[in-house]
Amino acid sequence: MSAHSSDTPPALRPDLAIIARNVQPVTRVLDVGCGDGALMAALRDQRGCDARGLELDPADVAAAMARGLSVVQGDADTDLVDYPDDSFDYAILSQTLQTTRRPDEVLDQLLRIGRRAFVSFPNFAHWRVRASLLFGGRMPVTRLLPVAWYATPNIHHVTVDDFRALVKARGIHVEESWFLSGDQRTGSAFANVFAEHAVFLLRKDR
Amino acid sequence: MLDDARFGLSRTATLPGPLRLDGGVLLSPVDIAYETYGDLAPDAGNAILVCHALTGDHHVASEHPVTGKPGWWARMVGPGKPIDTDRYFVICVNVLGSCLGSSGPASVNPATGKLWAMAFPVITIRDMVRAQAMLLDHLGIAKLFAAVGGSMGGMQALSWAATFPERVASAVVIASAARHSAQNIAFHEVGRQAIMADHRWRGGDYYADNDPPSSGLAVARMAAHITYLSEAGLTAKFGRKLQSRDAKTFGFDADFQVESYLRHQGLSFVDRFDANSYLYITRALDYFDLAEEHGGTLANAFKRGDTRFCLVSFDTDWLYPTSESRTIVHALNAAGAPVSFVELKSPFGHDAFLLESPELDRVITGFLGAGER
Repeated sequence: MSAHSSDTPPALRPDLAIIARNVQPVTRVLDVGCGDGALMAALRDQRGCDARGLELDPADVAAAMARGLSVVQGDADTDLVDYPDDSFDYAILSQTLQTTRRPDEVLDQLLRIGRRAFVSFPNFAHWRVRASLLFGGRMPVTRLLPVAWYATPNIHHVTVDDFRALVKARGIHVEESWFLSGDQRTGSAFANVFAEHAVFLLRKDR
Repeated sequence: MLDDARFGLSRTATLPGPLRLDGGVLLSPVDIAYETYGDLAPDAGNAILVCHALTGDHHVASEHPVTGKPGWWARMVGPGKPIDTDRYFVICVNVLGSCLGSSGPASVNPATGKLWAMAFPVITIRDMVRAQAMLLDHLGIAKLFAAVGGSMGGMQALSWAATFPERVASAVVIASAARHSAQNIAFHEVGRQAIMADHRWRGGDYYADNDPPSSGLAVARMAAHITYLSEAGLTAKFGRKLQSRDAKTFGFDADFQVESYLRHQGLSFVDRFDANSYLYITRALDYFDLAEEHGGTLANAFKRGDTRFCLVSFDTDWLYPTSESRTIVHALNAAGAPVSFVELKSPFGHDAFLLESPELDRVITGFLGAGER
């Protein structure tokens, strides 16, 4: 019945692999927008974490439940308020920030629920995106942003520098950050141009 | 185990009790009708209790003795089904207060030798659960692998986790709620008044001459049945279509198909259910408020134990809508309990949990399977 027991875990998406490697073992984790639970399963099986999930899509919730994970169907924009303060060691929001109606409020909720938060997002200031807009004059459709402007779930495009400014303005401390170009790490200094993906580990200064 | 008379279809156990009821009465002895399917593992660790709804019974996957119809959840319980009787030992118990073999108003009061009728004590959902726990003691089952139920069955599963957290490893709560709302109580009161307004009810003493308040009970069922369906479902099935006629009759016959359907639902119900039992069980539902039992805070109901929870709601269920399931999920999150929740799409309203639903099958299969890890 449990089809997952002896399977080799599939490779995680690069930003998820970074998060999985940097979550302290045997901690309590809330994965907001957990999809089918790939990261949660890795955290449970490889790090001994008590992982819980929140996911909008019922098919993904069912898939995660079939992996034996505890996942609640819900919306990051409206349902995070129902979680108690400091109830998790980490709150994780991977590739979801740019799809929320109020990313700033979601960020506040993450750091209210979790003592720390991992946030990953695609960088809208990557040079390929810039080139597409500059030379093509059209909203970019790239490998990482594959959906046309009218159908994309990404309603709040964000750049690495935008995000840095937001966390600074809200008194959020960046403990660590990672930047990806394709599957490879790239430097922090020019991340706003060369990073396709960013992963931040945040902590609220209290 | 095959020779063990405790196990199999249509069993009845008479347990000495006493069972202390929430209303203060000591009930003794207690008759409990039940069925079991599959084999109990040597460590008794594979037992799943399936809890039935208001007018359900213990014939969960076997032919109903009165109607001859297949069990009410035969599509969920059986060999190779999500609640797989090849893997699990499945128990279904006729609830206390019902009329299919367990102690209730239609059973004999041992003190008088007569049928209880309205002298039967008022019972609660928790009383039903305590009676089930007594049966598990009798069957030699210390801890359930899972308690599973829809509607009132879901309330029993919740009450199990709150009352006996050390005796239930996981709870599956489908299309249910942690308390009865004012609207829920209101619909039940309509049904009870319909029964009690039937001149044949006679204060509940109608058993002797076999002349029960069938008209009142049928109306109660008709009103309740509307709450089990959705407006969209009724419109799709009946719309304003006329029943076996080309034009309205300008009279009060069942002109509309939906009227004919409801009348049929009411009439067929009275053949298999007792009016007094209907009064008692609806009362138990109306009294149900799990938060009230725990100092007014629902999360407190789940502070003890390590039960895993799976909640499912249906988007067109307006009897126990998704918001009721979310209330439970929030309480479980506040209590730090492991909980999964999904709202499934269905046009069929509250009744969806009894009907074909591959998504529900998948969720339950996955959740139960994960409990074996």
